[in-house]
Amino acid sequence: MFGFLKKAPPTDTSENTGWLARLKTGLARTGSQLSELLNRGGRIDDELYEKLETILITSDVGMDATRLLLADVRRQVKEQKLTEVVQIKEALAHALLKLLQPLAQPLLTDARKPFVIMLCGVNGAGKTTSIGKLAKHFQSQGKSVLLAAGDTFRAAAREQLMEWGARNNVTVIAQQSGDAAAVIFDAVHAALARNIDVVLADTAGRLTTQAHLMEEIKKVKRVIAKALPDAPHEVLLVLDANTGQNALSQVKAFDEALNVTGLVLTKLDGTAKGGVIAAIAKAHPIPVRFIGVGEGLDDLRPFVAKDFVAALLGVEE
Amino acid sequence: MLDNLTQRLSGIVKNLRGQARLTEDNIQDSLREVRLALLEADVALSVVKEFTAQVKQAALGEEVIGSLSPGQALIGVVNRELTKLMGEHNDALNLAAVPPAVILMAGLQGAGKTTTSGKLAKLLREQNKKKVLLVSCDVYRPAAIEQLRTLAQQIEVDFFPSDITQKPQDIALAALDFARKHHHEVLIVDTAGRLAVDAAMMEEIKQLHAALKPIETLFVVDAMTGQDAVNTAKAFGDTLPLTGVILTKLDGDARGGAALSVRHVTGKPIKFVGVSEKMNGLEAFHPDRMAQRVLGMGDVLSLIEEAQRGVDHVEAEKLAKKMQSGKGFDLNDFKMQIVQMKKMGGMTALMDKLPAQLSQAAAGAKVDDRQINRTEGIINSMTAFERSHPEQIKASRKRRIAAGAGVQVMHVNQLLNQFEQTQKMMKMFSSKGGMAKMMRGMKGMMPGMGR
Ligand SMILES: Nc1nc2c(ncn2[C@@H]2O[C@H](COP(=O)(O)OP(=O)(O)OP(=O)(O)O)[C@@H](O)[C@H]2O)c(=O)[nH]1
Ligand SMILES: Nc1nc2c(ncn2[C@@H]2O[C@H](COP(=O)(O)OP(=O)(O)O)[C@@H](O)[C@H]2O)c(=O)[nH]1
Ligand SMILES: [Mg+2]
Ligand SMILES: [Mg+2]
Repeated sequence: MFGFLKKAPPTDTSENTGWLARLKTGLARTGSQLSELLNRGGRIDDELYEKLETILITSDVGMDATRLLLADVRRQVKEQKLTEVVQIKEALAHALLKLLQPLAQPLLTDARKPFVIMLCGVNGAGKTTSIGKLAKHFQSQGKSVLLAAGDTFRAAAREQLMEWGARNNVTVIAQQSGDAAAVIFDAVHAALARNIDVVLADTAGRLTTQAHLMEEIKKVKRVIAKALPDAPHEVLLVLDANTGQNALSQVKAFDEALNVTGLVLTKLDGTAKGGVIAAIAKAHPIPVRFIGVGEGLDDLRPFVAKDFVAALLGVEE
Repeated sequence: MLDNLTQRLSGIVKNLRGQARLTEDNIQDSLREVRLALLEADVALSVVKEFTAQVKQAALGEEVIGSLSPGQALIGVVNRELTKLMGEHNDALNLAAVPPAVILMAGLQGAGKTTTSGKLAKLLREQNKKKVLLVSCDVYRPAAIEQLRTLAQQIEVDFFPSDITQKPQDIALAALDFARKHHHEVLIVDTAGRLAVDAAMMEEIKQLHAALKPIETLFVVDAMTGQDAVNTAKAFGDTLPLTGVILTKLDGDARGGAALSVRHVTGKPIKFVGVSEKMNGLEAFHPDRMAQRVLGMGDVLSLIEEAQRGVDHVEAEKLAKKMQSGKGFDLNDFKMQIVQMKKMGGMTALMDKLPAQLSQAAAGAKVDDRQINRTEGIINSMTAFERSHPEQIKASRKRRIAAGAGVQVMHVNQLLNQFEQTQKMMKMFSSKGGMAKMMRGMKGMMPGMGR
């Protein structure tokens, strides 16, 4: 069942050589930590558990989820009478997978037309870039796409999105006005008129401590519903994999304000492991739709729990 | 004040109270709590380990003097060592170079380099009266140059145009040349965000540094960064001779443990912090405030001291219990809270002791100490029944109470409103992340904050 622990993960190698290879180099430190630890042989003792704890904590899994995972490993050791240190690796992978698998729910857009997706998140998380990548993703599924330049605050945010529109050769609805809700409202109307499949709405980055900005984005959502009654059909919260435990409070606050339906985890091409997803899975689970693995148009992947676990634990052949 | 660590530390105080000196044994548990608190605040594990070892050593060598309990002594050590690690004092920018003094910005994608470049330019022009030139070498991120150009225009600082067909090094050298010719005293060079594992991009910025020979090379890091801060900081520090760090997005609710990690790994001072998206949102770094923020404890030390001086412990603990449950909190408690607040120097003084970001949020929510006195008077003229059943206080009772306290019915209404608000807050307090939520709420009520 955990064959992926033994051989190089997934099947499509042309894809993997890119980001998985990079993921692995980035993760080599953790990986070698784990391999070192496991190749050492010896017995399953407290010291071993402490090392597992170290691996999880340094991946931003957080104390709560780490405790949960280690308890699961201990349970497996007891129930399956594991004695070999090597088996610990599978036990930990198993525990993580059990925690993360429920989050792997792909985003399906066929049921609505236009399917309206609104993105939100803190400053610099990767919202605009993700829209660029998502546009490509949906186009390659044969869908027509329209972008809404809803970040009316940050300097040159509109120009940034226009560039992504140009790269994808899709229309960007933008205004000189400073009203995000109005821009997106227009975009939804334009999509209806033009028979567009998917609308991607950008919004300005905001920290959840800024109450008036949280109110503003709630209004954006309400106004979208005025243009199209059951829209937005998906509210994506974009999280930066470099973020520590604060990601959890981002999830809670944005969810409270907007009812977040999916997550995008960006910048996984670096050394950060995004382990906070495990903390989120435990405390406030929301499906992870995509991961970002670079700054290019093609650097978006669906979230596959077992690949993520393999990458997080730095597991290789 | 009642967030995790404070509760934990209060626990430590209680557990250690009455023990003569700090021993390896009796600080073991407390140190574990400190370790947990730091991890929750995203301080990197390796740094946490070293730090707690350091605290332990310092604590064991510590003489517990006079009126301090051993618990207070330990918290004192934690706070002191943390502040020490943060840098103890504030480091200013070094601009002592043959003009133009070049400042090079470096960091991950989305950290806040471009915004901070603008903020720095504004600050240097306004506070140091410098003639500043801004240039962007970010030829990768769409509209990055346009972003900086817009900011430069907004703050009315000179901008050296560049475009994405140029090489970053050529842009930088041309800007340097221009700055020399036009007598700019400072040149701020914004760069593209890059990952530490991207060898080509790291080489690029190394070359940029070699060509520009900046007097300041600033590593810009997001306060929300997690454990990986140590790896990133190390990689940037190994590639570039950093001279300082700027911590951004401190206006959020992240504890900011990355500050500690980065500081520890690079050994470089944190020179500024970003506290808003706006161009005036750059502040000098205060190590002591940051230490307290990471610990999430406000000025726990002085709070403890003052509390011990002025507050009846048994009563205080009873109140704390009620506050935590949010249940059974009545006007008696409300009054006791007010009395204790008076003993501790009034609301204004109390506000000063909240962690930096909270007192910032609370600024403007000025509480009038005179009003506290009036409130006390009103409650004094209530019957015992009324105090424990505030909801029963209807019109005729209100009139009687008002007359008794020598105030108007309006004031009684105000008090009952205030009590209700407090009761609501108590409930928020007791939920997780309550304090932050409460402050957020307060912030929302105040116009003109944030953008
Ligand atoms: N390496 C890497 N960089 C990314 C990824 N996603 C986004 N970025 C970069 O992160 C930075 C911020 O991305 P944006 O898309 O502008 O983020 P945003 O959330 O729209 O930011 P604001 O609108 O400023 O709040 C840019 O430099 C992007 O190129 C990713 O998956 N990997
Ligand atoms: N709230 C807040 N936002 C900030 C701060 N500094 C930068 N930002 C925002 O973070 C995002 C990324 O900043 P930017 O300067 O483009 O980052 P760069 O990619 O490192 O150049 C933008 O949305 C900025 O407005 C800060 O101190 N507080
Ligand atoms: Mg954006
Ligand atoms: Mg930038």
